[in-house]
Amino acid sequence: MKWFINFLTSSIGKKLVMSLTGLFLITFLITHLIGNLQLLYNDGGESFNKYAKFMTSNPLIKMISYGLYFFIILHTVQGLMLWFVNKSKKGTTYAVKTKDNATWAANNMALLGTLVLFFLFIHMGDFWLKMKMDKLDMVTYDGGEAIKDLYARVNMAFKELWIVISYLIGLVALGFHLSHGFSSAFQTLGLRHKKYTPLINGLGLAYSILVPLAFAIIPLYIYFKN
Amino acid sequence: MKLHLKIWRQKTSTATGSYETHTVEADEHMSFLEMLDVLNEQLISEKKDPVAFEHDCREGICGACSMVIDGRPHGPQNGTTTCQLHMRAYKENDTITIEPFRVGAFPVVKDLVVERSSFDRIIQAGGYVSVNTGQAQDANATPIEGGIAAEAFDAATCIGCGACAAACPNGSAMLFTSAKVNHLAKLPQGQVEHKKRVQSMVAQMDKEGFGFCSNVKACEVECPKEISTENIAALNRAYISSMFTTSD
Repeated sequence: MKWFINFLTSSIGKKLVMSLTGLFLITFLITHLIGNLQLLYNDGGESFNKYAKFMTSNPLIKMISYGLYFFIILHTVQGLMLWFVNKSKKGTTYAVKTKDNATWAANNMALLGTLVLFFLFIHMGDFWLKMKMDKLDMVTYDGGEAIKDLYARVNMAFKELWIVISYLIGLVALGFHLSHGFSSAFQTLGLRHKKYTPLINGLGLAYSILVPLAFAIIPLYIYFKN
Repeated sequence: MKLHLKIWRQKTSTATGSYETHTVEADEHMSFLEMLDVLNEQLISEKKDPVAFEHDCREGICGACSMVIDGRPHGPQNGTTTCQLHMRAYKENDTITIEPFRVGAFPVVKDLVVERSSFDRIIQAGGYVSVNTGQAQDANATPIEGGIAAEAFDAATCIGCGACAAACPNGSAMLFTSAKVNHLAKLPQGQVEHKKRVQSMVAQMDKEGFGFCSNVKACEVECPKEISTENIAALNRAYISSMFTTSD
């Protein structure tokens, strides 16, 4: 066991934790997006609310969701710790700053990650917390059992301009964070070769643009619909 | 040509440093170090302390020159060391800011001179082959695929100057360590001690107080030998797999 702790606390081990938790969160984003696109259906929220009910009651998904909370916290704490230690390891910074040897996102991962975290607080406070605390109205479809009307809550939230704007800011930060994070995760794992790295980089770029964009459609659509 | 220099001056490793400005008359055919020689001649004739800077071969192969010129280790040119930078890259009345490498694990000794023995200790931790690899003809008798030999050679061109760590916003030594691991890892002679080498060199690198690699990749842009961060990925791969496959 000692070797494993030594491994995870070495410089490469710490980065490996960032990489694996990051890839988990990247996978989560896709499923989260596909599920949430049901908010765009014009069925009074039936499919979305049933989906939300399934996602919060299925034991396997519940288990994965605990993993998700844990990995979000781990990724955040470890990331901030790496940023903090790295700052101290650099010592003095240069009098003349050059910007042309690295991307802006790569140099500002901690800042972008923190923005995403703040966004997560707003996001989870708005929906997840209200759902957990049974603050939602109940709705019944075709005489079935009463389920929580998360759809109505989402529609209410996205009527507020400031919420829509904070979502857009959060998603832009997420996009930049992913533009470095996606390919960086593979580099840390050592998965790099001139045969497939261009594909990873291309996928990373497409992912970091398309996924936040698709997420952004939801608040914008709902805001302008009303 | 007349140039204005803004140079970091620091008397000892513990003293507080500051910038000093000087004007120097240089020739476009001079190398950057020769221009500094002119400045030092000038300072000596004025009975002032000359600027301390490291230099040795002055042909780009020793890795002694260690300064950051206008925010870039080894100056504005890609793929060259400071001694290979010539004053023709500048024009009349330019102001040039010269700083020492800024890395936590490279403390400033004096002015532009930094202590880089942390790199030596990383090499001592495993950057060698201790098995008998025979004479020169034995190396030639071992067939190695051309592409692999070229990759090993690319990694072997590392001169250990420290520009990678200096360019890194985290002060990380991953490009250096990975180059030193990979030039041996690509070849059959390096296989026997490969896993142990990876582990001990990484452990030493961590112990020396270098930062963590966050794949910013500024190092490969500033490396005078243009060593690729592919080496870092290979080191990550080797380190992770070595952890699960070594006996202890």
